[in-house]
Amino acid sequence: MNLASLEKTCRAVRRDIINLTADAASGHPGGSLSAVEILTVLYFDQMNIDPKDPKKADRDRFVLSKGHAAPALYGVLAERGFFDKSEFKGFRKINGILQGHPDCKRCPGVDASTGSLGQGVSIAVGMALGARLAGNGAKVYTLLGDGELQEGQVWEAAMAAAHYKLDNLTVIIDNNGLQIDGSNDQVMSLGNISDKFRAFGFEVIEIDGNDMQAVSDAFHIPVSGKPKCILAHTVKGKGVSFMENQVGWHGKGPNEEERQRALKELEDEA
Amino acid sequence: MSEKKAIRAAYGEALAELGETNKKIVALDADLSHSTMTYHFADKFPERFFNAGIAEANMVDMAAGLASMGYIPFVSTFAIFGTGRAYDQVRNGCAYSGFNVKFAFSHAGVTLGEDGGSHQAIEDIALMRVIPGMTVVVPCDANEAKRAVKALVEMEGPAYLRMARMPSPILEMDMPFELGKANILRDGTDVVLFACGIMVGEALEAAKALESEGISAAVVNIHTIKPIDRDTVLSYAKKCKKVVTVEEHSIIGGLGDAVADVLIGNGDFKFKKVGVMDRFGQSGTPAALLEEYGLTARHIAEAVKSL
Repeated sequence: MNLASLEKTCRAVRRDIINLTADAASGHPGGSLSAVEILTVLYFDQMNIDPKDPKKADRDRFVLSKGHAAPALYGVLAERGFFDKSEFKGFRKINGILQGHPDCKRCPGVDASTGSLGQGVSIAVGMALGARLAGNGAKVYTLLGDGELQEGQVWEAAMAAAHYKLDNLTVIIDNNGLQIDGSNDQVMSLGNISDKFRAFGFEVIEIDGNDMQAVSDAFHIPVSGKPKCILAHTVKGKGVSFMENQVGWHGKGPNEEERQRALKELEDEA
Repeated sequence: MSEKKAIRAAYGEALAELGETNKKIVALDADLSHSTMTYHFADKFPERFFNAGIAEANMVDMAAGLASMGYIPFVSTFAIFGTGRAYDQVRNGCAYSGFNVKFAFSHAGVTLGEDGGSHQAIEDIALMRVIPGMTVVVPCDANEAKRAVKALVEMEGPAYLRMARMPSPILEMDMPFELGKANILRDGTDVVLFACGIMVGEALEAAKALESEGISAAVVNIHTIKPIDRDTVLSYAKKCKKVVTVEEHSIIGGLGDAVADVLIGNGDFKFKKVGVMDRFGQSGTPAALLEEYGLTARHIAEAVKSL
């Protein structure tokens, strides 16, 4: 892993997120910015994928269960070469491949359409069962928001993942602590997330999810006979000072002045 | 009386049989495999059977994941849970992604019987039919169910197979099964009965009774409600001018509405729907429920004569 190169990619993805949501004048910058290191490590360091052959049978799979972080996924997919950045102008626009939430029928590199929260782990469990049945060695990753853990289906799926001993499945929680109506604790307390997943039968690894090295290390920790959960503590709006830890940046795009300020903060060092 | 067999029994046998040659078929159930009859498949192919436990939402999305890996998942539970509780998973998890998942749900309609209204799906056809790209099939007897399962394996895309619980008469048909192509079981000139599922048998009995009163009734088996056979529906409606639809489902959103959608703007017809009149089911024997909800041959004949 080349840390400097990945950090440069992260800055590019963050600029993509700002430009996408500014051009669309909508979208979800806060929860996209918090997940950039996780997605960048997955797509540039971890996953067996080929942008030139996005449907190859033995590829690793990724499900963006928190589908509203689509700008982060689109940024990473574009930087990785799954499609040209000229598609950005169609984000959230009629007939574009970059829908408000990921659409696998339209966008290369997207393995499952998401947006309705709570479904990603179940889909990933199905994929992991399929990979095991096919014996092709494919690994499956899914990224959830922390507020999303309020959906009961997540726990149905957690039970199934442990029951089937899916050690080819990694569930990542983007634990930025905020959701639309306020903090997790104000809206619906999640309790001890680590303990919950451990009680369901997961190997749980708790990290700073905006620390590239920590994210990479967490993916490399081997597990056997049980699924892995990476509880990634992150900062909502990470990398843009006026967006960090602000609930208000969950679901609105920056205006032109805000875009310029954000892009300046995200410039590569000379 | 002809031989009887439950449609769900034929499904379970057909799936286990097809699983021998098609290794891509997998089956999922939610702790009801001896009711939905997927246990036949589970016994033969335990490595390709996944019991999700009592967690229908998770089961349906697990099927989405398996389909995305190239498998052909048949998901089974009771129709009320599959189309109701797991609706978002069918809609967003499977159909919106275009995944090749087959929803084979049993115990549909009031003839589920004694378990009562909480378990009787009377709105499932409506819920599935309204999803873009969803094929909806309602076999009329065990033989047709077997042919339908084979057709669903061979077609690509999400599909709903609606099945009843109780043993119902084998209608002694030897007709080809083609998705989207209605079967004309009996020709007639005064009225056409468009029916699906176990009500096809009732419609045939009604037609016989009407014949003795000098009324010539055609009976058309609409086994595929979506995509519906527009040509056959229109040609028989135009020929007979009187149309009665018959289904063990709410009169809202089911076969009756699918037929009406074809007829609107295409001529003047007398039209009546026989179905569950916008009410919930209740406990009772299947026979008592068919009587109470106006779903017998006698009720169909009365509907015809009222036009």
